Parts: sequence; structure tokens; C-alpha cells
Amino acid sequence: MRSFTKSNLFWPVLGLVLLLLLNLTKTPDFFSIRVQDGHLYGSLIDILRNSAPTLLIALGMTLVIATRGIDLSVGAVAAISGAVACTYMAGSPDESTAGRAIVAMTMAVAVAVLLGVWNGFLVSVLGIQPIIATLVLMTAGRGLAMLITDGQITTVNNSLFSKVSTGFVLGLPIAILIALAVFAITAVLTRRTALGMLIEAVGINPEASRLAGVRARTITWIVYVFVAFCAGIAGLMIASNTNAADANAAGLFIELDAILAVVIGGTSLAGGRFSLTGTLIGAMFIQTLATTIPTMGIPAETNYLFKAVVVIVVCLLQSPKARAVLAVRRPTPLLTKGSAA
Amino acid sequence: MTTVIAPPESPANSPAPRPSRGFTFPARFLPVIATVVLFFAMFGAGSIRYEGFSSPQTILSVLVDNSFLIVLAVGMTFVILTGGIDLSVGSVVALSAMIAASALRSGWSAPLVVVAVLLTGSVLGLLMGLVIHYFEIQPFIVTLAGMFLARGLCYVISVDSIPIKNETFTSFASGTIEIGDYFITPSVIVALVVLVIAAIVLHMTRFGRTVYAVGGSEQSALLMGLAVARTKIGVYVISGFCSALAGLLYAIYTLSGYSLTAVGMELDAIAAVVIGGTLLTGGSGFVLGSAVGVLVLGLIQSFISFDGTLSSWWTKITIGVLLLVFVLIQRLFTRRTV
Repeated sequence: MRSFTKSNLFWPVLGLVLLLLLNLTKTPDFFSIRVQDGHLYGSLIDILRNSAPTLLIALGMTLVIATRGIDLSVGAVAAISGAVACTYMAGSPDESTAGRAIVAMTMAVAVAVLLGVWNGFLVSVLGIQPIIATLVLMTAGRGLAMLITDGQITTVNNSLFSKVSTGFVLGLPIAILIALAVFAITAVLTRRTALGMLIEAVGINPEASRLAGVRARTITWIVYVFVAFCAGIAGLMIASNTNAADANAAGLFIELDAILAVVIGGTSLAGGRFSLTGTLIGAMFIQTLATTIPTMGIPAETNYLFKAVVVIVVCLLQSPKARAVLAVRRPTPLLTKGSAA
Repeated sequence: MTTVIAPPESPANSPAPRPSRGFTFPARFLPVIATVVLFFAMFGAGSIRYEGFSSPQTILSVLVDNSFLIVLAVGMTFVILTGGIDLSVGSVVALSAMIAASALRSGWSAPLVVVAVLLTGSVLGLLMGLVIHYFEIQPFIVTLAGMFLARGLCYVISVDSIPIKNETFTSFASGTIEIGDYFITPSVIVALVVLVIAAIVLHMTRFGRTVYAVGGSEQSALLMGLAVARTKIGVYVISGFCSALAGLLYAIYTLSGYSLTAVGMELDAIAAVVIGGTLLTGGSGFVLGSAVGVLVLGLIQSFISFDGTLSSWWTKITIGVLLLVFVLIQRLFTRRTV
């Protein structure tokens, strides 16, 4: 127990548990999961299902942030991915066949990966600051998505495609299974191989890791491609949830939610050490928060206010300076270190 | 930035400034000049392509429609010059408009509302600055929290749009200032005054020089004994103040307050600053450049409205492409000086 309270995951898990218990006080059957038509139903399952797109993107974002980067374009990439898939399906006579859906989804993810290659190129080869390099695609991306859908909300009617978000396999929603599969693969790749350590090395000191023989440029490039891949799949989930591609609204602010999930999970924005499990809990936390607020009878729109409080609390908990000030009430010299912005 | 102090030369050796240098500008002016050239090139291209584009009123209308963005970009320039970033400005614009609209509806007098809104924005900026400086948390995440906070407060005030019917505000909104055959609005004057004051503060005061010094190297600025803490916090107060002022101008422009307005406006402001030639790493750039950056963004809109066949999404794509071009230019520029 002692080691658990010291663990980095203690605070996020505690927060999540408290939120869930808060729900229980308002809705006594909050934890109940019933089986209907061989599928699992219940509030918890809903939270899992709805958190899937954020979780997927947050997983990719964790690795990007671990390399001391950031990707603001994921929302736009998700919108483009949805737009590509829906426009391709809607534009063909055999719109509702499974084959069409598979081709459409493959194309969408391929386009997303290409956009990731572009972002990675700007950051790793040209050496542009990640925040501004991805801002380019964040701004232009929604325009591109609208260009693809011709400014319309493209609706599709394809049973396989709508299953991505609403379907069930083995009683569980497909969306969360996809997200968990990506989680498992990422965890194995980063923790059972040297990849994770190399990513952390690049995040802690790109120059030193390069001199030590780490291919910093390739690693940085890969993480941007990976986050775009995740965003592409998340875009498909979002589009499939409504059976439509909305270039303006799809994935709006999802980059901020994803970054928030990463930060809540204990990964520092300064790069280096990362925690995929923390991100998983962070994504669940954000979705539970979004569910809790209407449950408590507070208008859902004030969600932002609570997110702001969460961000501030989490940052203060993580900041060594704040810890020092809060823990020991003695005047500490507030020397400013050269902050890497 | 490194300043090399030239060894004292004997009068015989020191050559007079060679006239052959002509009009070579210092390298630091190049990005701004590029922006100005781009602006006039776009204006020229528009004048050739579209009838009626060549009128000076086109530029004045861009000013009228973007006066709030100029104020916003000026505040953002201060923050970016120190190497920080402020994501909260768009939400603060919406919050300011909301506060103004709801306070006016409940019968506050206009001057009181203006003071209250400006104070709110400045205090919000102050709080963010304090957290950023004293707790050493990245500006990105702190201002992200500020963004959520301001947007959340908007919804607390009201979920619906609130119209502004106050006479002072409506008369300010409908007022025009004629210049010959053309016109501007009082908001443009406010924006230009803010621009001039900002330029004076940046280039003629101790605070302004410290802003550049902190952006160049915070560690060096600290070792030089400059007031780093005061400056770093100060720029966020300025940005908060400018956002609140921009919010007032926006409220006057739309004559309403609505929680969902100004979403993503922080990106427009950052884009304007970058296109205006300010380095995102801090230490180099001018407020005038940011204002020209806003005009470039505004001119893209004019292009689209003049053309009629271009769809609105080309605005976003063009802004993205311009951002890319300017970031690449900056990249070349910084690589050369390093």
C-alpha cells in the first residue's frame, strides 16, 4: 500500500475512484452492468465506449509528449480521416457493402498516416518547434476536411462502418476493444523493447541521445506518424458514431482533451518519462467527469470550468516548486531556471 | 542573442559607413519587411483580379473587421516575445463580451462595465503569470487551464446569446469616422492607439527592453539583474488586458455576448504574430509586424468575399499555408544567425 501511495498513478486513480463514487451517490445503480442481447450495457460501459477516441489519441500523444513535443493537429487529422472515409463511401454505388467500408477506412487511415509523416518531417527534419509545426495542420486541416466533404455533412449508410463505434464483440463495444488493443500493442512495443527507453532518452536530451547513438530524428518522426495513425482511427470512430463526417465539429478540442489526459496521467509536458497506464486512467477520468457533471444536475456546458480546476490541481501536484512551497512553509529562494518553453 | 563589443579602434582605422551599403536593413527587420511585401503583393493581385478591390476602403474595411484581432495580436506579441504563449485569449474575448453584455443588461453604466471587464481580463492574466513564473509550469498548460476556465465562466453567466442594447455601446458601434471619401470606425482608432502604445512600451521603456532580453535568454537576463519575474508576469497581464479590450471591441462589433463566440481566435492571433515575423522562441519581433499579420489574414477574407466562387474553407487552408511559409522563412533565418 505504501508503495502504491508513492506511485505516480496514485493521484489519478484516486481522482477517478472519487468521481465514480460521486456518481454512485446520485445514481445508485451507476455500477450495475446488465447483459442484454449478449451485450453489456451500463454507465461504466458507456464511459468506456465514449472515451475510446480520446484514449486512442492520448496514447499517441503520450509518446509525442515524451519526446518533448506536442501535436495540436490531431483533431484536424481525425476530421480529415472521417471526411475521407465518408466521402469515399458516399460517392460510390455500392455504398453499404463491407468491402467498400474496408477500403474507405484503409484509405482514411493511410491519409492520416501521411499527414503524420508530414508533421514528423517538419519537426524532426526541418527542426521546427512542434507546437508551431502542428499548428499549420491544425489550421489548414479543418479547411482540407471541408474541401474533401465540399462543406457538407456527408452521411453514409454502411452497417460495417457504423459498427466501428456502435458494434459489440464478445459483449464489449468494438470501439473500446480497438483502443485497448492499440494500448496493449503500444505498451508491449515500448516496454518490452528498447523503444520506450529510446523515446524517453530523446525527450530528456535529444542532443545527448543522438551523440549516444540513438537515432533521435527517426524516433521523433515515428511518434508523429503514430499519433496521426491513432487520430485517423479515432476520426473513423467519431464519424461512425453519427454515420456522418462533420468537418467542422468532428474531433473539435480533442487535442486538448488528449493532452489533458496525458498530463493527468502523470506524464510531464517537459518530456522524458511517460506512463501509458496513467494516460489510460487520464482518458477515463475526463470521460467520467463529462458524465458526472450532468448527473450532478450541473449544466453540461460548465464542464470546462471543472477541467480548468483539474488542470490547475494536476499541474500544481506535479510541479516540484509548488510541492516545495506547499509542503514546507519556509521561504524558498524562487530562483528561475532557464525554462525550455 | 550575443552582443559583440567591438574593440576600440583608432580613428585612422575606423572607416566611415560605406555608402555602397545603400538601403540594407538589419536582418531583424527582414521578416517584417517580407510580411509588408506580401501584404502589398496580395493587395496588388486582388486589384488586378477583382473590380473595386483597389480602393483604399478595402484595406480600411479589413481594419474595421479585424480591429479586435489587432489588439489581441498586440498582447500575444508581448507574450511570444518572452518565449511564452497564451492560449486563453480567445476564451477571454468571449468572457469579456459575456460580462459586458450581462452587466449592461442588469443596468450597469457603460464606463463601469468597461472598467470591470478590463480589470477581469488583467487579473486573469496576472493569475496565469504568477502560476507560470512562480510554480515553473509551462505557459502552454497554464493558459490552457485559463482557456477552459474563461470558457466555463461564460457558460456560468449564460448559455444563451445576450444582446447589447446600451446606448453608449450601440452609438460606438454605429459611429463612423470619415476620412475623405472613406470611413473607419472608432474601434479602429482604439486598435491603432493600442498598437502605438505597445510599440512605445516595447522600444522606449525599460520594461520593453527586458521583454526582449527575457525572450533572448531568461538565464542571461536574470544574471544581468533584470526584473525577470516582473516582466514575465507583466506580459501575461498585458495579454489579459488586451484580450479584455479586444472582447469589448468584439462585443461592440457584434453587439452581443455569446459563450460560443471567438472559439479558436487564439490561433488566429498566434498565426498573425507568426506571419508578422515574430519568432516563437522569443526575443525577436515587432508589434507592427503582428498588426500587418492581422491585415494579411483579413485580406484573405476579402479575397474570398470578392471572388464569390471560392469557398470559405480556403481561408483556413491559405492561413495554414502562409503559416508554413513564414515558419520556414524563420527557420532559415534563425539557422543563419546561430
